[in-house]
Amino acid sequence: MALATFWFILTAVLWTGFFVLEGFDLGVGLLHTVVARDDAGRRAAIGTIGPLWDGNEVWLIVAAAAMFAAFPGWYATLFSGYYLVLVLVLVGLILRGVSFEFRDKAERSSWRTVWDTTLTVGSLLVPFFLGVMLGGMLHGIPIGQDQEFSGNFGDLFSGYAVFTGLTLVLLCLLHGAVFLTLRTTGTVRGRARLLARRIAPFTALAVLAFLPWTHSTAGKGVLPSIMQLIAVLLVISAAWLVTSGHEGWAFTATTLTIATCVLSVFVDLYPHLIVSSTNQAYDITVSNAASGNYALKVMSVVAIVLLPVVLVYQGWTYHVFWRRVSPGQPDTGAAQPAE
Amino acid sequence: MSQLDLARLQFAMTSIYHFLFVPVTIGLGFLTALLQTAWHRTGLADYLRLTKFFGTLLLINVAVGVVTGLVQEFQFGMDWSVYSRTVGDVFGAPLAMEGLAAFFLESTFLGLWVFGWDRLPKRVHLATIWAVALGGALSAAFIMAANSWMQHPVGYTVNPSTGRPQLNDVWKLFTNPVFLRGYLHVLLASVVTGAVVMLAVSAWQLRKGRSPLVFHASARLSLVVLVPAILVAMLVGSELGVTEGKYQPMKIAGAEAQWTTCQPCSFSIFQVGGGKNDETPTKIIQVPHLLSLLATNHWNGKVLGLNTVQSQYESQFGPGSYVPNIFIQYWSMRVMAYLATIVLLVGLWGLWLLLRKKLSTARVFLGVATWVVILPFLMNTAGWLLTESGRQPWIVQGIQLTRNGVSPSITTTTVAISILVFFLLYLALAVVEIVLMTRYARRDPAVPPSSEVPQPVPAY
Ligand code: HDD
Ligand code: HEM
Ligand code: HEM
Repeated sequence: MALATFWFILTAVLWTGFFVLEGFDLGVGLLHTVVARDDAGRRAAIGTIGPLWDGNEVWLIVAAAAMFAAFPGWYATLFSGYYLVLVLVLVGLILRGVSFEFRDKAERSSWRTVWDTTLTVGSLLVPFFLGVMLGGMLHGIPIGQDQEFSGNFGDLFSGYAVFTGLTLVLLCLLHGAVFLTLRTTGTVRGRARLLARRIAPFTALAVLAFLPWTHSTAGKGVLPSIMQLIAVLLVISAAWLVTSGHEGWAFTATTLTIATCVLSVFVDLYPHLIVSSTNQAYDITVSNAASGNYALKVMSVVAIVLLPVVLVYQGWTYHVFWRRVSPGQPDTGAAQPAE
Repeated sequence: MSQLDLARLQFAMTSIYHFLFVPVTIGLGFLTALLQTAWHRTGLADYLRLTKFFGTLLLINVAVGVVTGLVQEFQFGMDWSVYSRTVGDVFGAPLAMEGLAAFFLESTFLGLWVFGWDRLPKRVHLATIWAVALGGALSAAFIMAANSWMQHPVGYTVNPSTGRPQLNDVWKLFTNPVFLRGYLHVLLASVVTGAVVMLAVSAWQLRKGRSPLVFHASARLSLVVLVPAILVAMLVGSELGVTEGKYQPMKIAGAEAQWTTCQPCSFSIFQVGGGKNDETPTKIIQVPHLLSLLATNHWNGKVLGLNTVQSQYESQFGPGSYVPNIFIQYWSMRVMAYLATIVLLVGLWGLWLLLRKKLSTARVFLGVATWVVILPFLMNTAGWLLTESGRQPWIVQGIQLTRNGVSPSITTTTVAISILVFFLLYLALAVVEIVLMTRYARRDPAVPPSSEVPQPVPAY
């Protein structure tokens, strides 16, 4: 039982890590055509996440695999129930992933427009539909006695689930805009700063509505938990820091806002994994979906040994590439392996 | 078609597609690391050019390999929920380890390699491409351990209250004899695939007479790697036959369309007929004792016929058909073996020309070597059809039938929609990938295209 709880926490941390890290590169993907009107500027915007996005995405793969290994019942019901939603997420991830690589492989501007569009669309599909899924686990979906999803496509789109998706998109937008102000120069940076200021109030409002809604959906009243109170303070300070131009701190604040928002969904969810809207007895829970003790023990050892190593080298990558990227800046040119 | 058939079709389609790119990533990643090491050791600019040239091809390929891998990861839960719920306790572990140990490594260090040319010290930068190569090999290890468990389940007990397999010895997953051999075979197949791609590109360039010295070096490297790799791959492949004979006798009997038990058994080069219910195909040119050797390692070994195994399984697991699709078994085995022989011969021909210092000018050879590039992809697909289709009707041998593993909540329409979506998307990706690959494979590495310098930002 204790190990299963540990794995619930670890899974929540993996999902949180994904939204925090991929959050800004999803935001950059959504905004790269807005912050820059010309090709050089767009390349600069994309260049800020070029070396990072793939490693960020692995957090999602590992989060899914952790669910599979530690809570097979969770993975099975969730992924088959959200079948078409996940098809859309996958389409988004595929479009995004290839855009980065293909965009600069030809000169024609129509070619680049295609991949700019796929990058934007992909970056919208991913946070929105993952958010719908995240919210749905807490809100509840029809689950039958055999632990399988028993509803239809429409049942996946409760008001709360859709709002979770929207909130995540707004969080990514703000996170990405602040990230761009930190990592670019010149007009791109100016535009990013302006955008961040415009987006900030909307994100803050969404989060302010999202947190009590989460808590009451979980049947725990509208008074927020401590984590949610912290999240509220964070999003307000993020909005203030963005407007007052403290970009480094603003980025810290958006990072922590995403983290606390996602975590508070999981905190309210525990000890459920997916709430059944048909019958409480059919809820998928930490105790009825977990793997056996031996498997969890093995996985714990592997995770405790490997995750810190991963954090070290991913952190090192961020350190290596933490430098502003400018349009037309020649010194970064040699980074292209095919010269 | 039922939702089950469609789910199978979907899995087959996406897996085959993913595995077109994976071996290129693993093989070319390793060869690119070798090229960069050669540059590091010798300081010759040609090796640097080659590193960057093949590195670009690697990156175009990785882009599609990675995004199609994501589909694989989600698919188990989407299409096979009962399977996932039943075996996740055992099967999920290697998948989670793969993510933690391999995918993080590969993707992070690939980013460092691509963008780190002028930010990292030379040695550190060289280490990053080796980390990428290691990541590829590791990811294959974990996924093969998972797949081998489906072929020959080990290291588990069945939980009496849930009836589900539970892991009780993780070490057994990684010492599974099916895994050890299969993994070696897949790694070698990937090196073969990478080497053939490198050989084909070099041959095309040599035929055009561009940068002959540069591409002579890469052609030489690919030949030197290719010939031993494919020889060993073939040897390990025949060991796999023995492994099958031991743990999955249906597979090897199916690969020969051998309905009755025989001793000694011969191997037919070709047959006419032999579909699912045709027990008397016309076999053409029989090689005596060869099947005995392949399946048992003994000159006079006994191979159980399909009917014998069928009745054994019926008494063990209850009534039903346990015979896989024999047509696929018979021909996928032969496609793999025959094409492997062709690739081996081309490799030997190239080595012979290399020794006689005629490689760059042998136009016929260079033409043939360019077209050979199609063969490894066919061999890989055939090999997986043999493995996966030969396991049918089981999704996990002896534990769960494929038809019992499918998600009950999904409808024919849902799966059909997703097949259509992925089919169209994959088709578009294939077109773009081929266009880009051929365009970049044809560039002259000595002349940087004017439009690409200066690069405004690190582009990837
Ligand atoms: C370039 C690639 C390549 C080459 C040259 C060969 N194979 Fe292969 N083969 C594969 C690529 C491959 C593969 C795609 O990688 C498979 C699929 C699953 C696996 O473990 O490896 C495979 C599987 C596979 C299996 C099924 C294993 C199982 O059921 O688990 C057998 C029996 C063989 N091979 C036998 C051979 C023989 C007898 C070969 C030569 C004469 C041969 N292979 C050459
Ligand atoms: C990447 C190389 C692979 C290819 C090309 C491949 C190919 C296939 C094919 C053709 C089928 C359909 C068989 C049939 O229904 O007749 C199939 C089924 C399946 N394979 Fe694989 N496979 C690959 C790797 C794997 C691995 C590594 C795993 C597990 C870790 C796996 C798990 C499955 C499952 C769950 C099914 C679905 C059930 C079934 O129809 O058997 N496959 N695969
Ligand atoms: C023998 C069969 C397989 C091998 C050897 C293999 C190997 C690889 C490799 C080397 C990559 C790196 C990316 C690239 O292709 O360039 C990759 C990507 C991926 N593969 Fe496979 N794979 C196999 C089948 C599968 C299956 C059945 C799954 C499903 C669990 C899977 C899941 C993934 C995922 C999620 C990625 C993306 C990783 C990333 O973003 O870096 N693979 N695979």
